[in-house]
Amino acid sequence: MGIVSPGFQGRPRTQEPALPPGQYLTEDYPVLSAGPTPRVSLDTWEFVISAENGSEHRWSWQELMALPQETPTVDIHCVTRWSKLGTTWQGVSLDTLLEGVETGAHFALTHSYGGYTTNLPLDDLRGGQAWVVHTFDGAPLPAEHGGPARMLVPHLYFWKSAKWVRGIRLKTMDEPGFWETAGYHDYGDPWREQRYQGD
Amino acid sequence: MTEMSYLDGNMLDGPMRELFTVDLSSAMGRCENCGTTGSMASLHVYSHAPGLVARCPSCEEVMVRLVRGPDRAWLDMRGTTFLQVPMPMEQTFPGPL
Repeated sequence: MGIVSPGFQGRPRTQEPALPPGQYLTEDYPVLSAGPTPRVSLDTWEFVISAENGSEHRWSWQELMALPQETPTVDIHCVTRWSKLGTTWQGVSLDTLLEGVETGAHFALTHSYGGYTTNLPLDDLRGGQAWVVHTFDGAPLPAEHGGPARMLVPHLYFWKSAKWVRGIRLKTMDEPGFWETAGYHDYGDPWREQRYQGD
Repeated sequence: MTEMSYLDGNMLDGPMRELFTVDLSSAMGRCENCGTTGSMASLHVYSHAPGLVARCPSCEEVMVRLVRGPDRAWLDMRGTTFLQVPMPMEQTFPGPL
């Protein structure tokens, strides 16, 4: 008797950051790219939402900047397994952009300067879950990270947050995008680890 | 910030060897978009991505996408019209048995 096991001390009190399964924490901001970085002039930049009935809603850079701005602080999770916590952005909520758009579509296909596309349900762009962002950590978004403007849909894997965003096509049928046609998941929920088709 | 760089198509040799038994680094391919025909080793491969993306050195359109999951792989070559693979005859063919 008298021997005290050093083992059982209960759970440590320090809170570990909440990470989705299979992810690791990174402090830097890795640059991933599937092609050359597009350089888009603000004079010609535009953002277009095309509804399934053919109607189009367009914003120039000045018009985007004149809309109500939000500053979400969110965690981001890349399917290549890094996660970055507490990132701060500035941009326009998709709720604001979709306000005047009449649609019965259930799906969206985001498309970018440079040709990238990614699909997601339209409901996931609504309800304060998605933004077109132009500022990261207080500075204009660098082209390498998707500037002048990128999508920010942080509750899904980050490939759903298209860099160099140019517009969104609203669709009645789901149409897989660049990575989704090459094996990646159509929805991509990091908390359910939906990396590949069938996960 | 540095510009994203690419690797040359020789790096596809290892990943493609998992799928094909032929040596693709000596194969020729035709770009579906611009028609340029050249060595697969001359493609521009972007590897800092969820998969490998090989682009035509002339028009930068995507010719090959290769995604490697833990237990599956996906190969999308819709941007490549054809692959021409060196394949010398091992014997006179057709020949009598």
